[in-house]
Amino acid sequence: MADITRCTAGDWVEVERVLLEPVDRSTNLPEDTAAQPLMVWVKGFALTDAALGDELSLETMTGRTVSGRLSAINPGYFHTFGRPAPELTHVGRDLRARVAAYRASAPAKAGE
Amino acid sequence: MANRTEAILARKGEIMRRALGMDYSQFERSPIAFDYDGMMAAHGYSLQDIVGIQRAGGVGQTPLLELRNLTDLVRSYSEPGHGARIFVKDEAANMAGSFKDRRASVSIHVAKEKGYAGVIAATSGNYGAAVSSQAARAGLACIIVQEAFDSRHVGQPEIVEKSRICEAFGAEVVQLSVGPELFSHMLELLDETGYLAASLYSAFGVSGIETLGWELAEEMTAVTGAPPTHVIVTHAGGGNTTGTARGLKRAGARTEIVSASVDLSGLHMASDADFNRKSFTTGHTGFGVPFATWPDRADVPRNAARALRYMDRYLTVSQGEVFYVTEAMAKLEGLERGPSGNTAMAAAMSLARDLPTDATVVVQETEYTGAGKHHWAQLNFARENGVEVRAGDPTENVPGKSIIIPERPEQIRARDFDLGKIRRSYVRNALAHAGEGYVPTTDDIEFLAADTNSTPAAVEEIIAALKAT
Repeated sequence: MADITRCTAGDWVEVERVLLEPVDRSTNLPEDTAAQPLMVWVKGFALTDAALGDELSLETMTGRTVSGRLSAINPGYFHTFGRPAPELTHVGRDLRARVAAYRASAPAKAGE
Repeated sequence: MANRTEAILARKGEIMRRALGMDYSQFERSPIAFDYDGMMAAHGYSLQDIVGIQRAGGVGQTPLLELRNLTDLVRSYSEPGHGARIFVKDEAANMAGSFKDRRASVSIHVAKEKGYAGVIAATSGNYGAAVSSQAARAGLACIIVQEAFDSRHVGQPEIVEKSRICEAFGAEVVQLSVGPELFSHMLELLDETGYLAASLYSAFGVSGIETLGWELAEEMTAVTGAPPTHVIVTHAGGGNTTGTARGLKRAGARTEIVSASVDLSGLHMASDADFNRKSFTTGHTGFGVPFATWPDRADVPRNAARALRYMDRYLTVSQGEVFYVTEAMAKLEGLERGPSGNTAMAAAMSLARDLPTDATVVVQETEYTGAGKHHWAQLNFARENGVEVRAGDPTENVPGKSIIIPERPEQIRARDFDLGKIRRSYVRNALAHAGEGYVPTTDDIEFLAADTNSTPAAVEEIIAALKAT
């Protein structure tokens, strides 16, 4: 399915905009942060039809009207667990064996 | 001319007076001292009232579990006669998956009682989920302001998950790139909406955690015949240590309070470049140290979370040690929980090893886990962001550059952070905020002694040493 590039009024969308240009930011920032604008992203229901990148207003879950560039339409969540860390895969096997060995050698005090 | 951030910060007092639901000025005694106990009691709720509020909200009464396999593992390499019993309070069993539900429940109750239409909190952590969930139950609107992405729009998997869960509970999530102006934007939103500021650091929030300390004292007494000898608390902003310790005291327990944080020394918390080079978003020294040395840096006039008042020890552990313990907990105890909440668990394994077998160590929280909010996701993300991940000696770790996963449990060794150093910093900060030339009164000295869990004589000594330099 081709990526959707236009939204219709009423769609669940996200807008992005510059909240603070570098000149409007806190004066007490490390250099790398101070050089960047402060960006904001907000989701809500589109108030008009628009294409990605167009200026758009939306209504948020609390009923606020927020404007910005249309940055996503029906935005999803794609975070995962990923692959097991190879440095950790042995941990369960090794530690179960150690607990079993300890209990076999010291049954009187183990598992109190 | 003031820029936009300075202009809104200049109106902080006026906006917060309306948004906090409480007048803080009545507790001030001097430029240094204030009536802490009076502030904590001002809401008028007894502990039993709060238990009632929390039961109605589906919060609290979480299982206390003894970790027999982990205890025997620690005993297998402890000196003879050593290896304390390890327990955990499974706070992930709360409605939104962490102890933060206790903190949110009282603020939401107050918002409802006082007729606010909604609540706002600035947090990238579990607190956002807690406020969103409690607000949904109470029928209140909710805005969560999160520091979510670096300037490339890349977010930690753990924070992306926290955005998701807040939206799942119907909150409006305002996601920002890196920067402390998160708080000035929160002020703008409070000004625009008239909602209650559900601050993490209000007396409402911190009082809500007291039930946790109370419950675990009662439950441990039922299981072992006495309150725990030691409680370990994952420490960031200070509320967890403060509330838990206050609850234990209310139950009459004489428990040693040990705070624990992940060591992220060397990383700048407001740096765009460092933002995605840390694998913990809370429970770390980047919050733990500054909030212990100056709690009133918070978004309320006086912070109810004053960890230094209650800490007996402060331990740090490395990121790799916590990830190892998170894996071990799942495999040995059938408890798969989020990594940040296991910070205290890593410290507990180290502490229990040095204590006699009849000592009892309670890790007072767990947090939920899931996609993104998981040690594998965080390690994969670290690798993608150029952080070296390898097995080896965890003392070789360099926050932001390398994560060293222990090869054996014996390598897990928490390090003591010098509380004397934290006390000196705190007193220096208190004097600096009081203004040049201010001479502390006897009342101030007594306040500083209580606030640093120390003595008037020790405070006088610190002040004398500061004057000499």
